[in-house]
Amino acid sequence: MEARATRISLGVWTGLVVLFLWVPLILICVYAFNPSNIQSWPIGGFSTKWFHAAWHNEEARSALILSLKAGVIATAIAVVLGTAAAAAVSRFRFFGRDAVTFLLVLPIALPGVVTGIALNSFFNNNPVHGLPPSLWTIVIGHATFCIVVVYNNVVARLRRTQTSLTEASMDLGADGWQTFRFVTFPVISTALVAGALLAFALSFDEVIVTTFTAGAQNTLPIWILGNLRLGQQLPQVNVVVFFVIVMTVLPVTIAQRLSRDTGILRRR
Amino acid sequence: MAGRSRSARRRLSAALWRRPWLRGVALLLPPLAWMLIFYLAALAVLFVSAFWSIDSFTGKLTHVWTWTNFDTIIHDPTYRQIAFRTIWMAAAVTLTDALIAFPFAYYMARVATPRLRTILFVIVLLPLWSSYLARIYAWRLILNHDGALNWTLGKLGLPQQGWAFTNTAIWIVFSYIWLPFMILPVYAALERIPDSFIEASRDLGGRNWTTFRRVILPLALPGLAAGSIFTFSLTLGDYITPSLVGNVDFIGNVIYRNVLGLTNNLPFAAAYATIPLIVMAVYLILAKRLGAFEAL
Repeated sequence: MEARATRISLGVWTGLVVLFLWVPLILICVYAFNPSNIQSWPIGGFSTKWFHAAWHNEEARSALILSLKAGVIATAIAVVLGTAAAAAVSRFRFFGRDAVTFLLVLPIALPGVVTGIALNSFFNNNPVHGLPPSLWTIVIGHATFCIVVVYNNVVARLRRTQTSLTEASMDLGADGWQTFRFVTFPVISTALVAGALLAFALSFDEVIVTTFTAGAQNTLPIWILGNLRLGQQLPQVNVVVFFVIVMTVLPVTIAQRLSRDTGILRRR
Repeated sequence: MAGRSRSARRRLSAALWRRPWLRGVALLLPPLAWMLIFYLAALAVLFVSAFWSIDSFTGKLTHVWTWTNFDTIIHDPTYRQIAFRTIWMAAAVTLTDALIAFPFAYYMARVATPRLRTILFVIVLLPLWSSYLARIYAWRLILNHDGALNWTLGKLGLPQQGWAFTNTAIWIVFSYIWLPFMILPVYAALERIPDSFIEASRDLGGRNWTTFRRVILPLALPGLAAGSIFTFSLTLGDYITPSLVGNVDFIGNVIYRNVLGLTNNLPFAAAYATIPLIVMAVYLILAKRLGAFEAL
């Protein structure tokens, strides 16, 4: 293998990168306990008083509710559409199959501002009908780029399972629904949940596209962004940011564990 | 009653089983329709509106074909400069992330024990998904005059930095937030190189450097290309980072102002948005040649 010196320097580099990745995240969590209004380092003590203030902040709370609603609905849409697309692409060969994959990836491969302005001009200036900003315009935007997250997870799982399982089920007299319920679903269930959790985390945190589809509504990230821009309510922003980190880290950790698990088909 | 509906269901499923194309269409139609209606149609409307203009008196959209917007973009030095600045930053961030990510991914894939590898994987994955705004904000606090970095430099007896709200800050923050997007594909590419390839190279007399240059690097290239799609595209399309940690305009800021800001000129914003779109199209074609799509 690699020479000792190479391995040691690689190890040191790895350690530095880990610090680079994590020190800012830990620091921002520490700031949530800063008693002072001034955001300097080191923080002037330890206090949880801003947690109380943030919890009773009406604006932040309604932004949180909007974010949760949009996240849940967008995730539900993404799960249905992403799973259907994954099943079609992995089980059937048809003309333009690669194009379908490409189309699904496009919303995350293209710069966010392009997706944002495209949806904005579509909702506002569409020659057929205009859609005023609402929960639904946010949901449409989020679902569009969440589909690929579910799709990727499910397609990877389906690729690893053989079609003979569903054939056997049909041979044994199960109809399509029973086959889905008792064979296909248990196989893809963990991938499905993992995809859904990641889609939710993505939606809950999205801001670049959302600013273009939300109009005057505040999702939680838009509320944070507004306050950061104006330098207002920073102590409460610290607390909300701490909360958002926890809210995204949790589903991702669970999703990571779930995608290692292969549902009812344990790895031999 | 229950028996009848059951047999109907059975007939339906038998019919679907006998006609696989029907099942395929039924599965594919909803997601495809969604993407076509909400995404491709939106992109199409965007493209068309780039050729419209705004009546300077009424501020209303004029639906007449014109090249004015593209003319302004090409001939106005300000817009040209902003476009070049953005593309230049995207390239710098991509290069920086590739340089930081490669040794890390190499250690993860080829030196670390399986257990450590899993831990490192989670260590990279969590920042990727954790709050984007929080990470930008963290750097704002770090780079501030009375922030953690100057405090640390002071303790070490080093001179203070004044990077807050400069291009250096934008470069650091972009490199930071997109780093995991580079690490993961490079790691996946390196992990797939069989040990036997490296042994074979050594047996054939390849020194470490030769093995690296002629075996490892070419095989890691699709991973680097895949990662660079993200770092490049995300930088091109981000207007929030420059506005929070810097004080110059990027392509996204111009678009944002023209859509949601005071200068309400959607056609011009649409025309300007074609720049990142074209740059990414060219980039995706190049990346595909390098095999990036298999490594995504």
